[in-house]
Amino acid sequence: MSATATQALGPSKTTTGIPNGKLGVWLFLTSEVMLFATLFTSYIVLRMSAPSWPRGWEELNVPLAALNTVILITSSVTVVLAYAAACERDKAKFNAYLWITILLACAFLVVKSFEYGHKFTHHHFPSTSIFFAVYFTTTGLHGLHVILGIAYFAWLSYWAKDNWDHELFVGRVEYGGLYWHFVDIVWIFLFPALYLL
Amino acid sequence: MTHHDSHHGHGPDDFISKYVFSVDHKVIGLQYLITSLLFLLFGFILIMVLRWQLAYPDQPIPFIGNLILGSTGGVVTPELYNQLGAMHGTIMIFLGVVPLGVAAFGNYVLPLQIGAPDMAFPRLNMMSYWIYLPGGLLMLSSFIMPGGAAQSGWTSYPPLSIINPGQTVWLLAMVLIITSSLLGSINFLVTTLNMRAEGMSLMRMPIFVWAQFVTAVLLLLAFPPLEAASILQLMDRVAGTSFYLPAGLVVNGEALKVSGGGQPLLWQHLFWFLAHPEVYVLILPAMGICAEIIANNTRKPLFGYKELVGSMMFIGGMSFVVWAHHMFLSGMSASLGNFFLVTTMIISVPSVAVLTCLVYSLKGGSIRFTTAMLFALAFLPMFGIGGLTGLPLGITVTDIYLHDTYYVIGHFHYVVVTGSIIALMAGVYHWFPKWFGRKMSEGLGKLHFWTTIVCMNGIFFPMFITGLAGQQRRLYDPTAQLHNLTTQPLNVVSSVFAWLLFLAQLPFIWNFFRSIWHGEKVGDNPWEATTLEWACPSPPPHGNFEKPPKVYRGPYEYNVGKKAAWVPQHVAEVKA
Repeated sequence: MSATATQALGPSKTTTGIPNGKLGVWLFLTSEVMLFATLFTSYIVLRMSAPSWPRGWEELNVPLAALNTVILITSSVTVVLAYAAACERDKAKFNAYLWITILLACAFLVVKSFEYGHKFTHHHFPSTSIFFAVYFTTTGLHGLHVILGIAYFAWLSYWAKDNWDHELFVGRVEYGGLYWHFVDIVWIFLFPALYLL
Repeated sequence: MTHHDSHHGHGPDDFISKYVFSVDHKVIGLQYLITSLLFLLFGFILIMVLRWQLAYPDQPIPFIGNLILGSTGGVVTPELYNQLGAMHGTIMIFLGVVPLGVAAFGNYVLPLQIGAPDMAFPRLNMMSYWIYLPGGLLMLSSFIMPGGAAQSGWTSYPPLSIINPGQTVWLLAMVLIITSSLLGSINFLVTTLNMRAEGMSLMRMPIFVWAQFVTAVLLLLAFPPLEAASILQLMDRVAGTSFYLPAGLVVNGEALKVSGGGQPLLWQHLFWFLAHPEVYVLILPAMGICAEIIANNTRKPLFGYKELVGSMMFIGGMSFVVWAHHMFLSGMSASLGNFFLVTTMIISVPSVAVLTCLVYSLKGGSIRFTTAMLFALAFLPMFGIGGLTGLPLGITVTDIYLHDTYYVIGHFHYVVVTGSIIALMAGVYHWFPKWFGRKMSEGLGKLHFWTTIVCMNGIFFPMFITGLAGQQRRLYDPTAQLHNLTTQPLNVVSSVFAWLLFLAQLPFIWNFFRSIWHGEKVGDNPWEATTLEWACPSPPPHGNFEKPPKVYRGPYEYNVGKKAAWVPQHVAEVKA
C-alpha cells in the first residue's frame, strides 16, 4: 500500500529518502522504548521504596533464563541471516532462516512456560509479592511481544509463498528484524534486572 | 494493490469499502469527525445531568428525571454523580477533543496541505479508526455493566480506582484508545516527513501541519507510559498485584487482602507524565487551525512564522518536564516542587509567544469576519484567560489554596472549551466547503457563535469565583459545606448557562447536516486561500490531486509584492 502511495509521488519515492516502512518501524520502536522504560522506572521506584527485596537468583531459575538468553540471541542472528538471504534473492534460504527464527522464539516461550509452571506449583503468583508482580508483568508483556514477532514472521513466510518479490521482502524482513532485535534487547535488560541483581 | 494502479480518481465502488472500511484519509477523517462530535455531545449531556445536582442538590430532575433516572425517581445519586464526572472527563478528552483535533482534522487536512495523495500507511490509518471506535463503545458500555462506569475521576488515582467498581472496563477501553492514537501518531509523523510534494520544504509547511507534527511527537512519546501505567493498574484489579497498593489498607472496616508494597504516587507520576503533554495535544492543533484561519482572513502573512514553529517545538519539548505541577500537594520535596514551578513558568513563555504572534498577525489586516474567523478571533482572548489563570496554579504557594477547587476546573475549561473546542468549531466552518463542496450558512453560524461564546463564559467564569471562595471540585453536594452557601447562586448560574449552551448548539447541528446537502455550492477555493488543500477539487477525489503538485513559495503569500492579492503555494510565477 505504501509502495503505491509513494509511487504517485514520483521517482524520488519519499521526501527524506528513507522508506516509509523503515521510518514507521523506528518510530514504533521509540514508543516501545517509552513503554518498557516506564516499566523499568516503576521497577526501580518500587524496589527503592521496598524495605527488603528478595534475591532474584534465589527465587528464580537462573540457568533456564540463561538458556533463554542464548536462544533469543541466536534467533536475532538467524533473522539477520534471513535478511541476508532475501538480499541474495534466495527464497528457500530466506524461508529456512525465518522458520529457524520462529522455532527458536517458540523454544523461548516453552522454556518460559516451564518457569511459570514451576512458580505456580510453588504458589508464587503475581499477587504473592511485589517482586513477583514485577516479574510476571514485565516478562508477561515481553512474552506477548515474542508472540507478536512469531505471528509476523509466520505471516511473512506464508505471504512470500505466492507473492515473492525480493525487493519488498528485503524491507519486510528488515523491519521485522529491527523489531525482533528490540524484543531481544528488552530481554537482555530484564534478565539481569530480575534474576541477577 | 500493484504498482501499476493509477492512484487518482479510482476509489472503490461498493459501499462498504468506500464509506465503512475505507483506506482513504478523507473518508477516515470524516468518520473521526462525526464520531468525535457525537462523543462530545454525549460527554456534554453527562455534564448537564451532573450540573443539576450541583445547582439543586438532592432534588429530582423535573420533567425528564423519571425518564433518564427511573430507578432513583430522578435524583442523581452519589454513585451516579461520580460516574458522570469520571466519564465526562474521559469522554471529552480521549474520545472527543483529541480525535477531533488530531485524527479528524489531521487526517483530512494534513495530507492535502503537504500535497500528498494519501497518508503514508492508509491501512494502518483505517485500523486506527477501527480500534478507536470499539474502544469508545466499550467505554460507553461501562454504564450498563454491573457496578456501572468508572467512579474515580478521569485521573483514576489509586487506591480509590482499584477499590471502586467499573474501573476494569475503563482501563481496557483506555488501552484500545491509546493504541489507536499511537498508530495514528506514527502515521502522521511518517506522512509529514516522507510524503511532502516537491518543493514543500519543512519551512514552507503551513502552521497547521507543524502543529500536527509536534502533537504527533507528544502522542508518540507520552502515551506509552500511560499504557504501561494502565497495564499495571489492570494487573492490580485483575491479577491481584499491588503495584499501587501499600500494605495495611482498610476498606469499609476490613483490611484489604493484598500483599502490599506498592506506591500510589507512582500512578500519579506516570499518569501526569502523559496527561500534561496531553494538554498540549489538546491545544496545539487548535493553535494551528487558528493560525490558518487568521492568515487567510486578515489577507496578510502570519506575523512570525519561524517564531510560531520554534515556540510550538519548545512547548512540545518542555511539556515533558512540567508534569508534577499537578501534584504539588500529593507530597513531594520542596526542591522538587521548585524545579517544576520553574519549568512551568518557562513553558508559559512560548505559549504567550504563539498568542502574541497570532494577535500581531491581525495588525494592519483588512479582516473578513467570516464565522470561522469569529471563532478563531474568540480563541485569542479566551485562551489568554485560560492560560493566565493557570499561572497561580503553577506557583507552589498559591496552589496550596487553589488546588482541587473549582478554580482549577474554570482554568482548565477556559483552555480546552473556549480554547480548543472554539478553535475546532472554527475549523469545521473553515474546511466544511472542502469536505462537501458547499458552505455552511453564515447567518446560522453567527447565531451559533455569539450564543456559544456568551454561554461558555457564563458557565466557566463563575467557577473562578466559587473556586476562590473555596468550593472543592468533585464535591457531590456543595451546600453540605457552610462556606459554599454564599456562592451557591453562582452554581445555579453555571448550570443554567450549561443548559443554554446545549440549545446554542442546535443551530450548529441543523446547519451542519442541512449544508451537507442544501448548502450554498462553492468552488474549489471559496476563501481565496493559498495553501495546497484548496488547490484540489472540493471534495477532493480519491488520490487528491490531478497531478502531483509542485510548491514554489511559503504558505501565506497574501498581499506580498505588488503583482497579486494572493498567490497559492503551487503557482510558479505571478503574471502582472
